[in-house]
Amino acid sequence: MQTTEILVIGGGPAGLSAALEAASLGADVTVLDSDLKLGGQLIKQTHKFFGSKAEYAGTRGFEIANFLFDEIEKYKTLGKLKVFTNTTATGYYKEDGVVSYMVGEEKYGRIKPQKLVFATGAQERLIPFVNNDMPGVYGAGAIQTLMNVYGIVPGEKVLMIGAGNIGLIVSYQLMQAGIKIAGIVEAMPKIGGYWVHAAKIRRLGVPIYLQHTIKEALGNNVVEGAVIQEVNNCFQPVGDPMEVECDTICLAVGLTPTCELLWSAGCEMKFVPQLCGYVARRDPMMRTSHPDIWVAGDAAGIEEASAAMVEGRIAGLSAVASLNHVSQETFYDRSAEYHQRLENLRAGEVGEKIRSGLSCVCCKQWG
Amino acid sequence: MPDKDNDIVVCRCEEITLGEIREWIARGYDSLEELKRVIRVGMGPCQGRGCRDIVIREICKMTGKSYEEVAPGTFRPPTKPVKLGLIKSEEVE
Repeated sequence: MQTTEILVIGGGPAGLSAALEAASLGADVTVLDSDLKLGGQLIKQTHKFFGSKAEYAGTRGFEIANFLFDEIEKYKTLGKLKVFTNTTATGYYKEDGVVSYMVGEEKYGRIKPQKLVFATGAQERLIPFVNNDMPGVYGAGAIQTLMNVYGIVPGEKVLMIGAGNIGLIVSYQLMQAGIKIAGIVEAMPKIGGYWVHAAKIRRLGVPIYLQHTIKEALGNNVVEGAVIQEVNNCFQPVGDPMEVECDTICLAVGLTPTCELLWSAGCEMKFVPQLCGYVARRDPMMRTSHPDIWVAGDAAGIEEASAAMVEGRIAGLSAVASLNHVSQETFYDRSAEYHQRLENLRAGEVGEKIRSGLSCVCCKQWG
Repeated sequence: MPDKDNDIVVCRCEEITLGEIREWIARGYDSLEELKRVIRVGMGPCQGRGCRDIVIREICKMTGKSYEEVAPGTFRPPTKPVKLGLIKSEEVE
């Protein structure tokens, strides 16, 4: 069986940052990613990031991924880092701490790490409506992959469900690709995403239907339209259903942390609505109730890539420190810097939801 | 009036509709573990990734329980279907 000091599951912004941090401190690191290409959601993000210089403000997501890849290559050359793409972690066995994995669907193996960072990201939520299994209904992530990774447009006229940042950004990107947006449907009484994104879309004349939901996809074999309806504050339908012409329905109704492995590892889990689902309880260094397991990024609660990268750094630092590879001085210096950066990212009104969510799952230290 | 929503396929792996799920919750099978046993919802190749959340929300609506009061079930490996032949073929060092 293979062995490694640190195993990072997930090669998105959080996982790559954890791996780089650990490799920079001299640890022997292995990264598994289920996708063909590293980078997670970053590689399909064509918009510029907000925040400060330290968090790549003004840089587009896929360019940030390229910076991470350059660094990854450096540590691979030094022999400190191994990366396996197209490799899914299929199980964590708490009896012996072994992780099983599958390469594509052709090869199966096992690896025994000393410490683990779970950076398994998020999965898209699906909502029930009539014919939601018809071709032409997509998740927003799938549409971003088609357009921004493979250069394929999904259709000609898209109805967007969800006015959070993903719904707004993907709508704008679709319009940049010459596709019409039939409208944006949002069940809440107000737009969930940033005003700057919503304003760009409204200026282009796209209607945003607040307090509306999708009831049905219309069509024989493929989507040819949709039925939407107004809802009240309890999300009960009111008013008359309305038909909208479209050939594609894009669901951007939220993400939820991917946490199957954390559950099967026996980590203490808690449902936190502000973090969009069940998440692992953790200390300030992202260590879970399982002493050999850390979490980082969306798997630890839905936030955004800048915070995910800093959380990855913290998890990587703490995991290596637990192997006694880090001097106290380096540990305290880096830890203080990363926590300061996280605090800056989560400051102000926009960070309020995250801060209240974290207050439900963070413990000072494990007793 | 027949509710069209009852025809929505919630668990695509096992082809379980919203109507079937509602029917069994109404009969008192109002936990995910029980529903898994009686109608195999969430027991297919994706192991509930696509439907768990929808089923839990339906249980909440019909029983008045809050989301965290409905246990999300037990998570066991593998997270993705693995052919038994592959496990057998693993090179053991």
